[in-house]
Amino acid sequence: MAASKISLRGVAKSFGPKKVLQGIDLDVARGESLVVIGGSGSGKSVLLKCILGLIQPDAGSIRIDGEETVDLSDRGRARVMRKFGMLFQQGALFDSLKVWENVAFGPIQSDGMDPAQAREVALAKLGAVGLGPDIAELRPSELSGGMQKRVSLARAIAREPEIIFFDEPTTGLDPIMSDVINDLIVKCVRELGATAISITHDMASARKIGDRITMIYDGRLIWQGPVAEIDRSGNEHVDQFINGRADGPIRMQVRKL
Amino acid sequence: MNFPLVTLLGRMTISLLTEIGAVTSFAWTAIRQGMRPPWYSRQVLRQMLEIGYYSLPVVGLTAIFTGMVLALQSYTGFARFSAESAIPNVVVVSLTRELGPVLAGLMVAGRVGAAMAAEIGTMRVTDQIDALTTLSTDPFRYLVAPRLIAGVVTLPLLVLVADSIGILGGYLVGVYKLDFNDAAYLRNTIEFLQTMDVVSGLVKAAVFGFLITLMGCYHGYISRGGAEGVGKATTNAVVSASILILTFNYFITEAFFSR
Repeated sequence: MAASKISLRGVAKSFGPKKVLQGIDLDVARGESLVVIGGSGSGKSVLLKCILGLIQPDAGSIRIDGEETVDLSDRGRARVMRKFGMLFQQGALFDSLKVWENVAFGPIQSDGMDPAQAREVALAKLGAVGLGPDIAELRPSELSGGMQKRVSLARAIAREPEIIFFDEPTTGLDPIMSDVINDLIVKCVRELGATAISITHDMASARKIGDRITMIYDGRLIWQGPVAEIDRSGNEHVDQFINGRADGPIRMQVRKL
Repeated sequence: MNFPLVTLLGRMTISLLTEIGAVTSFAWTAIRQGMRPPWYSRQVLRQMLEIGYYSLPVVGLTAIFTGMVLALQSYTGFARFSAESAIPNVVVVSLTRELGPVLAGLMVAGRVGAAMAAEIGTMRVTDQIDALTTLSTDPFRYLVAPRLIAGVVTLPLLVLVADSIGILGGYLVGVYKLDFNDAAYLRNTIEFLQTMDVVSGLVKAAVFGFLITLMGCYHGYISRGGAEGVGKATTNAVVSASILILTFNYFITEAFFSR
């Protein structure tokens, strides 16, 4: 088996008495698209934030291209972050900047690209997600939720990252716009040849954008397998989740993590 | 045995010390990161404009009416002792040493400190600060350090303007209402003013600029819980900056003028 692009061993994280991640072991191969499913409050977002270094895990190892990233120095972290792109659940666009400035933020601020050249890159990336140059001068607040997601996707791919994370990419969107976003994610990931991890509780999205699915429950990964096998997982937690049944072994987390 | 009052006092002390530690750590991180490249000069200029230029009307109005009231009140008091000639001295010393920096600081804390906490707090609760990190941009370097630099540089300039406008306010009341000779008023003002009066005021302004922007950034940065959290951050930023301004004002005055 080829070396993993992302490799987690024994990753644990607690907030006070609440154990959010309890020894996560996970490997994601280069170019693979992994979808992490799980209910609200199951630890999906914390898992992503640990890999990104936004949250420091209490224990465990996180390797990117074989390099240990837990306890990296600021400079080392900045170098590793260069490999990442991230689509946030709410878009997280900078509302003080215009649309094109949002997309060009990474190339200008982090890569030192000339603003005029970065604007061309931004327009090209906006085109790649189906947005014309007419919206480039608008502010994010002037866009619909679906368009904001697309701009956020354009920003995530602007630096042509090796790894892209998608945090609930279809939450809050209508089914048609959700499908548009799913198609764009598949297209962008394929074109870049990137490794992707998506977290979602939208099963239609999971089936469309993932090569492999893993389910997180109570801070542990309780099942992993190819997308095609999710319907015959033999795991009652997975069955309850993908069929959206209220009755079953899963008890929903009430408090947000 | 159970001593509820002692327990309460202990908890409050621990909470206060924890907060002081957290703010100090935040400030140290911002200074350390701000001294390393890349430097975001456009962000610094933008913040200088926000703190300095856009605060001019409110600070100017505060200063002119303070100078006017000071002249009027000094007159009603000093006239009893036939010491009206001391009015220009009182106005200029009060303004340059104390009222200029303190009132400008409090007004800027209300206007800029609140806006900073709200802006950074909103960025926090909408994941924009995390987004900065994923774009290889250190939030301390991009958001916090430019605001601290702008606060330290701009507030002294703002206080210089406030001092001048305040002295003008005192002059207008002195000459046009209290019938002072204009040349004598100006002569008294200039002769009595010492370099240390202005310097101490500017040092205070620089410290207040640091405290206002630090409180705005800190409370915004740690805000949690959506709109309510941002609202609390805004209130905390203004209240804590105001208290710190008044506290540090005493200690800086003591350092400069106590014998």
